[in-house]
Amino acid sequence: MSGSLDSYLVLSGLLFAIGTFGFLARRNAISMLMSIELMLNAVNLTVVAFGAFVPALKTHAAVIALLVIAVAAAEATVGLALVMAIYRNRKTPLVDEYDSMSE
Amino acid sequence: MPIGDSIPLIGIRWDDVLFVALAATLLVSALLVVTLRDIIRCGLALIASFASLAGIYVLLGNPLVAATQVLVYIGAISVLVLFAIMLTQTKNAPARLVFQTQTLAAAVAAVVIAVVITATVLATTWPSAGQRLWTSTTDVAHLLFHDYVLPFEVVSVLLTAAVIGGVYLARREISKDGENR
Repeated sequence: MSGSLDSYLVLSGLLFAIGTFGFLARRNAISMLMSIELMLNAVNLTVVAFGAFVPALKTHAAVIALLVIAVAAAEATVGLALVMAIYRNRKTPLVDEYDSMSE
Repeated sequence: MPIGDSIPLIGIRWDDVLFVALAATLLVSALLVVTLRDIIRCGLALIASFASLAGIYVLLGNPLVAATQVLVYIGAISVLVLFAIMLTQTKNAPARLVFQTQTLAAAVAAVVIAVVITATVLATTWPSAGQRLWTSTTDVAHLLFHDYVLPFEVVSVLLTAAVIGGVYLARREISKDGENR
């Protein structure tokens, strides 16, 4: 089971689907950012799994995974700073109350 | 005393036991992240999912990525998330509804994505996929600092820009009469 590529890919697909659900369903902006982190982790798991099983991709996959982690860190920084800035203006972290464009 | 490849008497491989345990922890904690009512607990479940994913990277024979996962995700990103949660919590927020009105549609979409990905993976045979291989950190370092040195430097510039941008966005604006907004 742990020796086949399929099980890792299915696991990462399930993780990605959970992240999608959280992103679409949660009201809190920080919950949505956490769901995005789950989805990024799922993609990274796919990259590392292919790297472990396909000899031609072995070291390239590790490098790509490291770069993805770094970019995800940058995304988390800016995303959370944006949430903080909006929170300071609107006094709520709930995205469905950010409705000033529809008034 | 060295332990063998598989559990004595039963004959299940240790790899498989670890994989099932880590995958179950990962999926359960990810589900807790998206369903729990208290957002602080969501943040803690997020840390558990990051940790079990680091274990899966070790199972995949990639210790460098596993160590980076622990340092960056558990060490940095989850602290950032927890701080943001604590700074944006209002007294009336957690008790009210945590889900949007489109939750049912979101659940259907997520199930469809899961089914499609699973079916695609199971229907595909990967011709070049072989045995699981250990990724040597030395090889990764050689590749990173020879072939991938430009992306590496670009990422460092991107991180600097993200830090400066984050500080700029999150800073407190001082209005003209000197009061904080």
